[in-house]
Amino acid sequence: MVETSDIRVVRCGGSKVNLTPPIISSDSRFVLCTSGDLVKVYSTRTEEWLHSLQGHTNQVTGITLNPANHLQVYSCSVDGTVKLWDFIDGILIKVQLVSGLCVSACPECFQLVSVHLPKSAEQEVEAKEMSAVSSHISKNPSCTAFGRGVRVHFFFFLVFSLKATDKKGAKNAFTCIACHPTDDCIATGHEDGKIRLWRNFIHKKEYTYSTQHWHHNAVNTLCFTPEGTHLLSGGIESVLVQWQYGADNRKEFLPRLGGSILHISASSDGQLFCTSHSDNKITVIESSFKVCGVIQGLVKGDAVLTDLMIDPRSKALVLNGKPGHLQFYSLLRDKHLYNLDIVQQEYIYEAGLDQFEVVKAAFDIKGSWLATVEERGKKSSDLEFFLKLWAFDERTQSFVLNTTITAAHTDRIISMCFSSSEETTMLVTAAEDSQFKAWCQGADDQNFWSCDFVGSYHKLNPTNCSFSADSSLLAVSFQEVITIWSPDTWEMLTTLCQPPGVIRDLCFGRLSCSKYLLGTTTKNLLCCWNLLTCELEWSTSVDVSKLQPDPFSENVAAFSYQSKHTDLFVFKPSEPRPLFTNKNVCSEKVHRAVFVPREEPLNSCDESTQWLNRSQLYFLTQNMDLLTFSTATEEDRMLSSSKQLVIDDSVAVTPFYLLLGKHRQQQQKLNTQSHPVSDKPQQTQGSLLHTPAHVLPAASVLCSMFVNSFLISNTGVQQDPLSPLRVKTLVNFPKLMKYELLYL
Amino acid sequence: MGEFKVHRVRFFDYMPSGIRALAFNRDIERIAVARMDGSVEVFHCSDRFFQEKIIPGREQCGIEGLSWVGERLFSAGLNGGITEYDLTNQKVKYTVDAYGGPIWTIAGNQQGTHLAVGCEDGTVKLFEVNEDKIQFERNLDRQKSRIISLSWHPSGSKIAAGMMDMIQIFNVETGHSVHRLLADRGVGTSRSKECVVWSVVYLSDGTIISGDSVGMVKLWDDQTGTLIKSHNVTKCDVLALSVSQNEDSLVAGTSEGTVVQFQFISMVLGKDDKEWVRTRTFKNHTHDIRAVAEITTAVVSGGMDAQLVVRPLLDKVEVRSAASALRKIHFPHRRLVSCARKSGLMLFQYPGHLELWRLGESEGKGMPGSSLFVKRNPEKLLHLKVKGEDHIRCSAVSPCGEWIVYSTASSLRLYRLHCDNNNVSITKISKLPMVLSSANQLCFSSDSSHLFSASTQSSVHLVSLSQSGCKFVGTLKPKSGERTIGFGVLHIIEDGKWLASANSDHEVHIYNLQTRKAHCTVPVYSSAVTAMGIHPTTNCLFMMYADQQMCEYSIEQKQYTDWSRMVQRKGLHRFWMERDTPCLNVMFNPQHPSHVILHDTYMLCIIDQSLPLPDDKTQFYNQLTLKSLPEEQRKSHSHAFKVCKTFKDILCVELMSDQSLVVVERPLEDVASQLPAPIKQKKFAT
Repeated sequence: MVETSDIRVVRCGGSKVNLTPPIISSDSRFVLCTSGDLVKVYSTRTEEWLHSLQGHTNQVTGITLNPANHLQVYSCSVDGTVKLWDFIDGILIKVQLVSGLCVSACPECFQLVSVHLPKSAEQEVEAKEMSAVSSHISKNPSCTAFGRGVRVHFFFFLVFSLKATDKKGAKNAFTCIACHPTDDCIATGHEDGKIRLWRNFIHKKEYTYSTQHWHHNAVNTLCFTPEGTHLLSGGIESVLVQWQYGADNRKEFLPRLGGSILHISASSDGQLFCTSHSDNKITVIESSFKVCGVIQGLVKGDAVLTDLMIDPRSKALVLNGKPGHLQFYSLLRDKHLYNLDIVQQEYIYEAGLDQFEVVKAAFDIKGSWLATVEERGKKSSDLEFFLKLWAFDERTQSFVLNTTITAAHTDRIISMCFSSSEETTMLVTAAEDSQFKAWCQGADDQNFWSCDFVGSYHKLNPTNCSFSADSSLLAVSFQEVITIWSPDTWEMLTTLCQPPGVIRDLCFGRLSCSKYLLGTTTKNLLCCWNLLTCELEWSTSVDVSKLQPDPFSENVAAFSYQSKHTDLFVFKPSEPRPLFTNKNVCSEKVHRAVFVPREEPLNSCDESTQWLNRSQLYFLTQNMDLLTFSTATEEDRMLSSSKQLVIDDSVAVTPFYLLLGKHRQQQQKLNTQSHPVSDKPQQTQGSLLHTPAHVLPAASVLCSMFVNSFLISNTGVQQDPLSPLRVKTLVNFPKLMKYELLYL
Repeated sequence: MGEFKVHRVRFFDYMPSGIRALAFNRDIERIAVARMDGSVEVFHCSDRFFQEKIIPGREQCGIEGLSWVGERLFSAGLNGGITEYDLTNQKVKYTVDAYGGPIWTIAGNQQGTHLAVGCEDGTVKLFEVNEDKIQFERNLDRQKSRIISLSWHPSGSKIAAGMMDMIQIFNVETGHSVHRLLADRGVGTSRSKECVVWSVVYLSDGTIISGDSVGMVKLWDDQTGTLIKSHNVTKCDVLALSVSQNEDSLVAGTSEGTVVQFQFISMVLGKDDKEWVRTRTFKNHTHDIRAVAEITTAVVSGGMDAQLVVRPLLDKVEVRSAASALRKIHFPHRRLVSCARKSGLMLFQYPGHLELWRLGESEGKGMPGSSLFVKRNPEKLLHLKVKGEDHIRCSAVSPCGEWIVYSTASSLRLYRLHCDNNNVSITKISKLPMVLSSANQLCFSSDSSHLFSASTQSSVHLVSLSQSGCKFVGTLKPKSGERTIGFGVLHIIEDGKWLASANSDHEVHIYNLQTRKAHCTVPVYSSAVTAMGIHPTTNCLFMMYADQQMCEYSIEQKQYTDWSRMVQRKGLHRFWMERDTPCLNVMFNPQHPSHVILHDTYMLCIIDQSLPLPDDKTQFYNQLTLKSLPEEQRKSHSHAFKVCKTFKDILCVELMSDQSLVVVERPLEDVASQLPAPIKQKKFAT
């Protein structure tokens, strides 16, 4: 058994940023939000991700600014720790310390617990004093709020219990709560869309409230501005409503914010508001009610219908996000790149409407073609779907619709893949009308796509199709039978069959294992055929829910679901022994996974972590958590790099400082003969040319820097062994195999 | 339940008049209501809002304001006069002309010494309240525009007056204006319209609160004359304001039909810096609210939709009970219909005229619940207009259908009806005895030979009727001679030998008609009698009270009957006590001597005195259950109260001598359809 201790499952990239309310730093320059195991720091002005606070080993469940030091932030996590960070430098200061007010909502049992953090100078302190304040607390963070003091906070539970029994039948269950910062006033949101402001609540009977009603559906969140002059509320309507406190019927609206509003937070000076939305988005809003920034996370919605894919050009993760769109998401920078409108129809936000959804998408090997399938009428019998082909336009750097095929098949398309050869692009679609079709680009003058070949096998319904790595073979599975076709002559070469069980997944081996074909069946069988001998090489009984080959190595990852947890096996098709096993990756079934190429490969020699050298395996659980694996070495490197990210904030940032500071840094680097960080030449020139002359240092100081900036550094080429070249040769390699197979 | 032929009458087009003003007297717990037609009603707040007194109005007498001074009630109206009411005799005492044109508002100070009225000519006139009259004292500084609203400072030294576009504060000593507070006009198109300050309230801490036509409730400081805070309550007008006794709560009535509550609350708990904060909103009206009053435990509001709504403030109520429930009063607690039992005639009393109808006829019997074929439609025989400007106070038709009598505040008229086939004619009886100048209550004897008239002196006059005319026979007076300055008699019930009268002091006197002497007095109960009847065979007096209790008093033995004692001992069912309208009639069925027929606005009930009383565990409304049970089990499940809820909005139920019931309904939907259109409001998703 392989040692798995240094590989962990982490939430890193593409995680939910809308789990807890984001917080804005007191100088309104940063937005902090939880994202999986990290706390991410964004700039409010540029919407850019600055860095992340890394250290928790499980889901971060809450963050709050240190009331004693506004440059520090507390975070709590499912791993059972409360950590204190310097969020500007991204340095972990302490684990569980400093007395003061800090509350974490424990996610397992949802008890409200007040943790007394002992004052201590040590780095790690165990907080023993914990007092349960209340149990039966809702999981949603907008259901807890703090008033001015402890007294207030006890009484809102009283109000809760009083009111809940007061009116029967009415839909006035509480959904959220907020406390006024200075006055003793509690605002509660209700399921019927009403907002009540409670006052005098320390009296048992003489409590009083006023009701305001604008939302037509449940109020999701409430937030008072720091001065208490306004109350902000949001709900499913995705309209931010600002109520003037005291003059109740004066309100302002900010409509069309996207998904429904889940949380609202305000900066301590009241200049900025943040709303987090159900489509994994944080909107930064100025106090004048103008949107000034959008931080978009990976949109996952209720279900991901398409596979997880990697755009070969941008190396971005592609899946369906916004209704009717494909989203491009950079996992390396953890940033949403753009949405591609596939359906090109207005989406109507109303429950129960049957609207077009992108259900399938595929890229060709160069990323110059994209095929998509959109359909509607899944529930009703009249299925409607379109096959669309998109060409990459170099000029606009985006995909442009090339061909729309209205009735590609008579029934739903099950599987779709592009041939992987460089010369000719071919698309194969397999549908439930027991046919598979090959599509090719037409003649030179009109480069539209048309059907090239229609194939079928004994009127059986195809279940999957796959091209070999060199596109010389096409495997199409018809129920229990795999047929191998030659795409050049459209001749069926052979059939492979290993009953019982319908073929679920199908993939060819890569690189040195190109002669192998892997298949999984519904009857818990994983089979590997040798295509040279057309014989079953090996098979094993394992319930594989997802089979994912790594395009950059021979490795294949298989997720199997057994007794309420998912296990991962990584193996090479050539040998039935797994390279790596991880038991209990997660508790849900895994249906989507993808290998994401690394920017720079790791050079780990350890056998168990070697498979993660070139690419990283991401997978999506049924709870829509995007998880990945990280190795110990990788984490160490990240930690050390984050320490270097210190920005010296004590000195005011002036153009003078920037130029001189850079100069000094370069000098230091040159002196120590370390790798000079190659600045982008434009940057130096730009700063030099755009800065007024009277603030510039002497020309003698700047001269060498200026000249240096025009020199092209050659270190990158030497050091960068990066993929495109390598991949190309490796892909070319199996081309030799073509002949071998033909003669069999 | 017994089978009846029921005449369901819905052609009585009674329209309750809109409420214009309210005045609450905390000491005697009475609330006075002025209606658009000039009538004034007095409700008893701690006796389930029973309508104790009705003073009918007059033509062309629009009351604009009501004010209590001590236990005296004053009103002022657009006819320019100030009227004091004689509440004991339920009539106008006197009217004094203020000589300032139409009066828009009237306010008495808390000391009870002065009345201030605001007139059309821009003057605030002060009247001194004397022992028996009011005396004009002086004018305050005359203003350019009319005075719409007035409020005294509790100390009585200052008056705030709401006008067009401004509020003036007057010093009462000097009569000069101290401050002028300018109210903003609305924005946009309403910029050109004047802002009417409909209502002002002057608090003891010097805060003036105003409600205006722009929809704002504004708080002003009287020292500096500055605006402290303004609340935009509505898009339409804020028409009425009322503050609670301890000045910690304020209610504002708007023309959208909402009542908005403001409370004086400390913003930080435990600290003393209080602020007026808008809290709850009550929506119980469909039309403009013209008057609100915050009484001790409830908010009372009335408006154009003619209903008086009592909305309890649950934080002020000690124990929640039927007495503290939400209450909507639509109809008067008096009978407006009288029936000629023997001849099948009905007399409808409208404010300005009477209508006499003959009931329809049908053939045969039907299944319970089915409708019968109408052989002859009901027919309007007579439309009798009142002479003079006064409205009708009471009216009656004799059981034989030959006599009609009505009384206004100033006169009483008796008519004799001649009915031969289709020819209907009346002759007025000209020479009436002097005692019949005016009556509070009128009643004919069951053989139609005598007319009883309750006079203003708590006595009943007896007049004999014959073909030739009428003759005064005598006066029935209660035994206790010292109480001659009496109380308006409410009910006269006659049964050949006995006559019972109840007055508003809750006393019930029984007279022997043969000796014409007072026989006895029923022990006084704390609640008012709403209906009573004398049983024809047992000679027991059956009484219903406003708090839904019932009593049966044996006249011959001068004591409560055993059944009555049993009811008191066992207590009445919870559902019976929770009804919110008083019983308005008590009838007896000659065929079933043990049956007593009662009705209120929402139900008709037959009490079978031979059956056991229900306790709180038994099903009260059991008619449907009984129907589903087989015959032999019914006995064990039935109890004394048989309630019929087939009819709604009942004005009158009468048992005719041919064993048919007349049920006069006035559906509230019909009333609502005749009301003027309310202010249009945008409703979500419409």
